[in-house]
Amino acid sequence: MAEEILKVEHLDKYYGDWQALHDINFSINKGEVVTLLGPSGSGKSTLIRTLNGLESYRKGTIYFQGKKVDPNPKEWQALRQKIGMVFQSYDLFPNLTVMDNILLAPTKVQGRDKEEVRKEALALLDRVELRKHADSYPRQLSGGQKQRIAIVRALAMHPELMLFDEVTASLDPEMVRGVLKIIKELSDQDHMTMIIVTHEMNFAAKIADKVLFLEKGKILEETPGKQFFDHPQTDRAAEFLNSMDF
Amino acid sequence: MAHSGINVLFEGTNFARLMGGLWTAVWIAAISLIIGLALGTILGMLRTLHNRVIRFILLMYLEFFRIVPTVVLLFLAYYILPRQFNVNWPATWMAVLAFSLWVSAEFSDIVRGALESIPVHQRESGLALGLNQWQLFRYVLLPQAIRLELPATINLATRVIKTTSLLLMISIMDVINVGQQIIEANNQNYPTGVFWVYGLIFILYFIIDYPLSRWAKHLTAKQKY
Repeated sequence: MAEEILKVEHLDKYYGDWQALHDINFSINKGEVVTLLGPSGSGKSTLIRTLNGLESYRKGTIYFQGKKVDPNPKEWQALRQKIGMVFQSYDLFPNLTVMDNILLAPTKVQGRDKEEVRKEALALLDRVELRKHADSYPRQLSGGQKQRIAIVRALAMHPELMLFDEVTASLDPEMVRGVLKIIKELSDQDHMTMIIVTHEMNFAAKIADKVLFLEKGKILEETPGKQFFDHPQTDRAAEFLNSMDF
Repeated sequence: MAHSGINVLFEGTNFARLMGGLWTAVWIAAISLIIGLALGTILGMLRTLHNRVIRFILLMYLEFFRIVPTVVLLFLAYYILPRQFNVNWPATWMAVLAFSLWVSAEFSDIVRGALESIPVHQRESGLALGLNQWQLFRYVLLPQAIRLELPATINLATRVIKTTSLLLMISIMDVINVGQQIIEANNQNYPTGVFWVYGLIFILYFIIDYPLSRWAKHLTAKQKY
C-alpha cells in the first residue's frame, strides 16, 4: 500500500466568529498530486496555508507521515523543512542573490554543507534554465523567473511534500507555461507529492490525481482527477467547470 | 589699532581648547549612537512580537524618553544615580548613559516601523522555508529594514550631535562650555568675542551635521528597490 504523507481529519478553522473551513477530511499518498479547485473565497488558499502552519486551526487533526501534528510553533518550524511551499507573489528575499536565496535555508536551518548544497542548487537552476542568473538579484528577474527560483529554493530543502498556492496567478500569460512545465516535470520525473491550488483548469486536468472541489469552506466533492473534469459528481462542480473557458 | 575680534579664537590655546571641546561632544555622541542603535535594534525587534506585555512596556519606554526633555534626562543621570544608587561615574559617562537610552528608545520606533513595512509575504516565505524567528530577523527582515531605516537613523544622529550642546548643563567641557569660558575670560579685550566664538561653533556644528543631513536626503530620494 502506498505510504500516506498527509492526512487531515475534521479540520475546522475560524477567523474570529466566522468559520472559514468546515470539517475538512482528506489524505494524500506519496507521489500523488491533489489539486484544490473552487471559486474565489472558497477556502482553497486558507486550507493549503493551514497545512504548513501559516494558519492556525481550532478543531481537527493533521497527520504528517503518520504522525499527529502538535500545532505549536516549534513543531511547525521543524515540519516546514519537509513541507515546501511556493506562493503567488514568489517572495524571493530582495537583499540576497538568487544563489543565497537558495542556500539560506538548507545551510542555516538544516546545517548542510554549503558547497554540497551549491552544487545541487546549480543543478536545479540548470533544470529551470536559470543557471546564468545564480548571482543576479531578484529585482533583475522577471516574474516567471522569480517564481521558478522560488520553486528551486523550496526544492533545495528536499521536501517530502510541496504546496503550490496559485503560483501562476500573478504572472504574465507567457510566463505561466514555463512555471507549469516545471511543476509537471516534478510530478512526472520526480514523483513529488504535491498539493496545488490553481485556476489553470487545463493544467489541473493534466496533473491532478485527485481533485478536491471546495465551496464556502467545505469540500463538496473529492474525485479522481480525470473523472472530475469529465463527470463531476455535483451540479455545483459541473457549473463551475462550465463557467471556466478552457 | 583696534583689535580684530576674530583674534580671540587664536589667543593662547583657545582654538585647541575649542577643538578639544568639540571632540568631547563628538565622541559622546558617537558612543551613545553605537550603544543606542544596538539596543534600539533589539527593542525594535521585540516590539514587533505578539506579546502584549512586552509591547506595552517598550511603548512606555519609548514615550518616556520621547516626552522627557533631554536636559532632564541628563540631570536625572547626573544627580540621581550617584545619590540614590551610588553610581559614581564621570559626567561624560552619565551623558553617554542618558543619550544611549534616549537613542535606543527613538531608534526602537524606527526599527519597528521599518520591520512592519516589510511585506508580510517576506515573513511567510521565510517561515515556510523553516527559518526560526531569530533567523528570520537576522537574514531576511533586518537586512531589508536597514535600507528603510537609514534616512531616519541619520536624522537621529544629527539630532544627537546637536543635542550635545546641552552637555554644559552637567559641567562637561564640551565646545559650548569651552566657548563660554573663552568669551568670559576675554570680555575685556574682545568685546565682540561672543560673536566670533559662537560663529565658529555654528560653523563647526554645521560642518558635522550638514553632510549627514544631505546624505539622508539623498538616500530618501533614491529609496526603492
